[in-house]
Amino acid sequence: MNAEEVDVGLATYSDWAFTSSVVVLVAAMLLLAFELASTRARRSPARVHERGLVSAGPGAGTSEGAGTSEGTVTVDSATPGVVVPTPPRSVGERVGRAGLALVYVGIGLLLVCIVLRGLATARVPWGNMYEFINLTCLSGLVAAAIVLRPGRVGRTGQYRQLWVFVLVPVLILLTVSGRWLYTNAAPVMPALQSYWLPIHVSVVSLGSGVFLVAGVASILFLLKMSPLSAAYTSDAPGTSGTPGTTATAQTPGALARVVGRLPDAQALDRIAYRTTIFAFPVFGFGVIFGAIWAEEAWGRYWGWDPKETVAFIAWVTYAAYLHARSTAGWRDKRAAWINVAGFVAMVFNLFFINLVTVGLHSYAGVG
Amino acid sequence: MRSLAQRARNTWRTLTSMGTALVLLFLLALAAVPGAMLPQRSLNESKVDEYQARHPALGPWLDRLQAFDVFSSFWFTAVYVLLFVSLVGCLTPRIVEHARSLRAVPVAAPRNLARLPKHENCVVTGESGQTPEVVAATMADRLRGWRTIIRPGRETGAELSAEKGYLREFGNLVFHFSLLGLLVAVALGKLFGYEGNVIVIADGGPGFCSASPAAFDSFRAGNTVDGTSLHPICVRVNDFQAHYLPSGQAKSFAANIDYQAGYDLISGSEGHWRPYRLEVNHPLRVGGDRVYLQGHGYAPTFTVTFPDGQSRTSTVQWQPDDALTLLSSGVMRFDPPAGTYPDADARRKHQIAIQGLFAPTEQLDGTLLSSGFPALRAPAVAVDIYRGDAGLDTGRPQSLFTLDQRLIDQGRLTKVERVNLRAGEQVRLDPGSPDGTTVKFDGAVPFVNLQVSHDPGQVWVLVFAVTMMGGLVVSLVVRRRRIWVRITPAGEPGPLPGTVNVELGGLARTDNSGWGDEFERLTQRLLSGLGTVAQWPNTGPGKSTEKTAAIAKTVGTI
Repeated sequence: MNAEEVDVGLATYSDWAFTSSVVVLVAAMLLLAFELASTRARRSPARVHERGLVSAGPGAGTSEGAGTSEGTVTVDSATPGVVVPTPPRSVGERVGRAGLALVYVGIGLLLVCIVLRGLATARVPWGNMYEFINLTCLSGLVAAAIVLRPGRVGRTGQYRQLWVFVLVPVLILLTVSGRWLYTNAAPVMPALQSYWLPIHVSVVSLGSGVFLVAGVASILFLLKMSPLSAAYTSDAPGTSGTPGTTATAQTPGALARVVGRLPDAQALDRIAYRTTIFAFPVFGFGVIFGAIWAEEAWGRYWGWDPKETVAFIAWVTYAAYLHARSTAGWRDKRAAWINVAGFVAMVFNLFFINLVTVGLHSYAGVG
Repeated sequence: MRSLAQRARNTWRTLTSMGTALVLLFLLALAAVPGAMLPQRSLNESKVDEYQARHPALGPWLDRLQAFDVFSSFWFTAVYVLLFVSLVGCLTPRIVEHARSLRAVPVAAPRNLARLPKHENCVVTGESGQTPEVVAATMADRLRGWRTIIRPGRETGAELSAEKGYLREFGNLVFHFSLLGLLVAVALGKLFGYEGNVIVIADGGPGFCSASPAAFDSFRAGNTVDGTSLHPICVRVNDFQAHYLPSGQAKSFAANIDYQAGYDLISGSEGHWRPYRLEVNHPLRVGGDRVYLQGHGYAPTFTVTFPDGQSRTSTVQWQPDDALTLLSSGVMRFDPPAGTYPDADARRKHQIAIQGLFAPTEQLDGTLLSSGFPALRAPAVAVDIYRGDAGLDTGRPQSLFTLDQRLIDQGRLTKVERVNLRAGEQVRLDPGSPDGTTVKFDGAVPFVNLQVSHDPGQVWVLVFAVTMMGGLVVSLVVRRRRIWVRITPAGEPGPLPGTVNVELGGLARTDNSGWGDEFERLTQRLLSGLGTVAQWPNTGPGKSTEKTAAIAKTVGTI
């Protein structure tokens, strides 16, 4: 590290914040996973007509619909009338709540890590792959925190458990970034010294982070719509939880049980759609800002550099998703598959393009 | 004939359907994939050659399929042309429809508002002058930004229809037609644009003038550009400054240049040179053209002193092989001065060629030269010196950076020395012989790689990109909403003065989520200040009619 240009102390604190954030998020994920594994599945009558809800139109997906289909008793303090004494929280729920609190702590620590890096290097803290991935993860976590925020009717426990599936990819990304892509705090190279760096990279990072939440929601939606979920529903309720079946039969059973505990398919679909329609224009702006910067730095606004090409592919794929959403026969599963394809393109763009191929975006502090 | 027309119509219908557009979008994404995975000629020609050399069986086939020129290939072009045809075919009727809807009045209230996804019934008791018509007018006033119409009720009272969100479709249309404009602007820019690269040694030397493609080392131009009417700019580079971190990472690059353009170049003018500090991210913009600082490297200087005492000095750019340390390689070729040798043949056989490595900061491993730092701290070269026919007299173009190996293989060039030299050091060829020739390494100066770009379409590309994003945001943010209010005189058996029944119904035509809260807020806003509001006594579900059922079906998903 180079002490002339960089505040070494702050940079060290930033690294500590990063490590703490990962540790806290891992702990949070374990706690939330415990809750997911321990709670009983929702097996209310609502499940039966749930598959019908997905294609049904008006009003079916409003929050009341999800709320009344809750099998567990959760009391909203805003509800008027007789206050039913709240049943004591189960161990699983308490663990899950602790996990959620830890998620917020982890997000805070990641924010601290990013801010300290910026202060240490006296520039925006997204000048290399390590910093870019951290920022993208933060965007994804914050987006998830907004989309999955508790306190709305019918969202309490169910949405908390979705955190597990957001944390898995985020932690994979953070591990890769911290373990293999770590870069010492330093000033950026001349090509990156532009006021477009704060604009282009942050906007792209925000879009990517929110797309990550959309991708996770679409994958869960597909799981929910898959035969796995159906097999579990058709199982006799009594047998699904009892041990004693053979190991081969139990493994898919466990997955099916987890799938059974997810919020209903329509809620997942709604999360995927709403995050995508937010991230789509944001990412589009990011690409356009990138083009304006490229005109200034590289002499052309678009040159089919590998990174540009895959950004184009991802954007077209998400455009296809939005079109599929308004095309009969494409709405549900096919649209979700397209969204997953877009997610794959984003991940591919992040790793393969920066680490394997050589293009103009290949600086970013690796290789 | 008729069947042909029918087939054409069916084809057109299929092409402009949403399903086809989706498939084409998907194909477009798919077709771009090889552009990211395989080396592309437009980016790096030598990588394509390298790839083909490594894959002798697959390479020619890929080349035949234009896999190395994906974005100008026939199949990529076919996909996007079809996509845009489909887009125009799909959206032109929608423009007409949208124009019609802009003039249309909101539809009449359905018979049974209770069948709508959102509805509300209440009795409002206000001042005695409050009639259904007055209430309807007040509410219509409050619906600013909505299109409203008040119709007389079926029996008595008044009905208010209101609709908003027309901008959504407008934004949608703007988005799609901006895409079309973007494509046209890109195509025109490519057709009339050009870009050229040139290396200029940064010592205040003659520089170059971009008046002809010949002035450039490489030149790429659109099909309409024949090179006769380039926008002339003259540039000379006075110096080049690079700053590095101790790690060798670059901190800043800048070149002080002088340029002439436009009036400066007209004969009879002063020929005034304008200074500019050219930096990465700060191109020089002159009359619609741009000059960029794209790269840099070093040009070593050698002096060869021939046996009769005459000397020749030359400075030639060498190619940076290592982007981090700027270890470079290259060639120098010297033709002996006139009079040194008796005839042209002897002169040709005594040409001197120098080929080797240059390091801006010498780092020796034995005699093996490498570079320790990209700045010019301790310049050194490790070179082979050849004597013989360097190919200068053939008139054929040669590589600037390597000797033609065939000249060495055929014995026309023979190696006479291999030596490491630091700046100022020299070596005497054939020691002991009276006609000794000395080769001196004088040092090095930086060179810069400049690019001149001309793209008349790019402003329009930006304009269309902005309108495209504007349209997109509008079409995603604006929500289409319809509400109806039916107001009837209240009171059983006779009307009570100032008391009316109000029935509201609402429909979200797009973006269902959040509509529940939105409708409640809207209801409160419409009813506030009208008097005391009470629930309607009979709020049971109403009768179903075919019409309202049909309306309920038109609710958009989500």
